[in-house]
Amino acid sequence: MGLTLSVSELKKSYGGTVVLDGCSYRFEGGGVYAIMGPNGSGKSTFLRLCALIEKPDSGKADFIEEGVVIEHGLALMRRITLLLPSVGVFNTTVYENIAYGLKLRKVNKAEIEHRVLNAAEMVGLKDKLRRRAVTLSSGETQRMGLARALVISPSVLFLDEPTAAVDAKNSKAIEEIIQNIRHTLKATIILSTHDAGLAERAADTILTLRDGRATAL
Amino acid sequence: MDLIVEGLRKAFLLIFSLDAGLMGIVLLSLRVSLTALLIGTALGVPTGALICLKEKFPLRHLALNILNTAMGLPPVVVGLFLYLLLSRRGPLGALGLLYTASAMIIAQSILAFPIVASLSYAAISAVPPLIRQAAMTLGAAPFQTTMAIVREARYAILAAVMAAFGRLSAEVGAVLIVGGNIAGRTRVITSAIVLETDKGDFSEAIALGVVLLSISLCVNIALYFFSRRGRATGYLWA
Ligand SMILES: Nc1ncnc2c1ncn2[C@@H]1O[C@H](COP(=O)(O)OP(=O)(O)OP(=O)(O)O)[C@@H](O)[C@H]1O
Ligand SMILES: [Mg+2]
Repeated sequence: MGLTLSVSELKKSYGGTVVLDGCSYRFEGGGVYAIMGPNGSGKSTFLRLCALIEKPDSGKADFIEEGVVIEHGLALMRRITLLLPSVGVFNTTVYENIAYGLKLRKVNKAEIEHRVLNAAEMVGLKDKLRRRAVTLSSGETQRMGLARALVISPSVLFLDEPTAAVDAKNSKAIEEIIQNIRHTLKATIILSTHDAGLAERAADTILTLRDGRATAL
Repeated sequence: MDLIVEGLRKAFLLIFSLDAGLMGIVLLSLRVSLTALLIGTALGVPTGALICLKEKFPLRHLALNILNTAMGLPPVVVGLFLYLLLSRRGPLGALGLLYTASAMIIAQSILAFPIVASLSYAAISAVPPLIRQAAMTLGAAPFQTTMAIVREARYAILAAVMAAFGRLSAEVGAVLIVGGNIAGRTRVITSAIVLETDKGDFSEAIALGVVLLSISLCVNIALYFFSRRGRATGYLWA
């Protein structure tokens, strides 16, 4: 079940340039949210801070389960994941890429295989599992990134422009996968996008990021 | 000219008859250089990774400059330095290691270490930052993240190890000084070539030279293979 994410007064600047200026918002567990905003408005920064792979200058991101704030640490990191706009592809097979998060979690081999096959099926890469991942097209790479993220059954899934570098057909497929994840995992999903149509169709709530703050439409 | 032709003829006879003396020398060479390579790698790869990946590594540039300088250490200087340490009156003289295979292994480990460390550093720093981020987003603990990055550099690191092996198998200065070129105990390919050439026994010297060249050739073919594997992905080979 998705965790609630309560962001309060997040601030971040890079070398004097203020990107986030006291950004606050509460993302309810199980909801799907789309963040929009012009280039450079800080969407990616916001997602990196929320996914806890970068530290804010001040402010905090609290993950809440049944009213209790979960302490930051590896255990929490393993319940959330962020799909970056350019997927960092490991130089190995598609199978090993998707299995990576499960191996980290010391999941047993039979279950890894089962879950990787399921995830690959979901994103339409079942026949490409033995391929070297670096040879995939960008649309396929994006779908592999999605499989790699969803295979670990995250409670919160952050997606940074999941459909940016892909054609209409792949974009449609990715949109369906997101809907699918929503129903099967019941995860909280927070995505950034420039595609108003996608935001409209996929999300319950659309936020805009402007002047370092988030506001709901 | 006759000397060379005659030398080559005898050399191939020695090689293909698997001459016991020759084989002993070749096997000792491989044992010394491969053991030293193993030690140099076990210490060098973590050192390169640490310098590259540890945030706020103290004096990173100084450490890199020292390693890069040490990559070109003249083997005779290493040999001399180690000789002074290990000689009977030296600080480590009590260990009784001078003129043993162990002394040669230590000398070659010292030669291998900076090569492996420095080239591993270069290999690991060529891994794009995206890999670290990807590992972190998928739930990797700090050490697992480091391992993911090092694993991405594996072909370039293998190439670094092969390069170090090339240097070890070809060097004579250090092993000659600390090994003493004792027949059956510390005589390796390169030191034997020096001796046989001095004695004028060219066939034995040429046979050993041919074996050494074959080893180099194999190493270079392997190097080429690994560097190509790395390059195929666009970034693994710096
Ligand atoms: N690591 C960094 N170092 C310096 N500046 C950065 C860094 N990351 C982001 N920035 C700056 O912060 C601002 C916000 O960047 P961010 O990538 O968060 O925007 P975005 O909304 O995702 O833009 P886009 O729609 O183009 O993806 C930009 O001006 C960018 O140059
Ligand atoms: Mg962005």
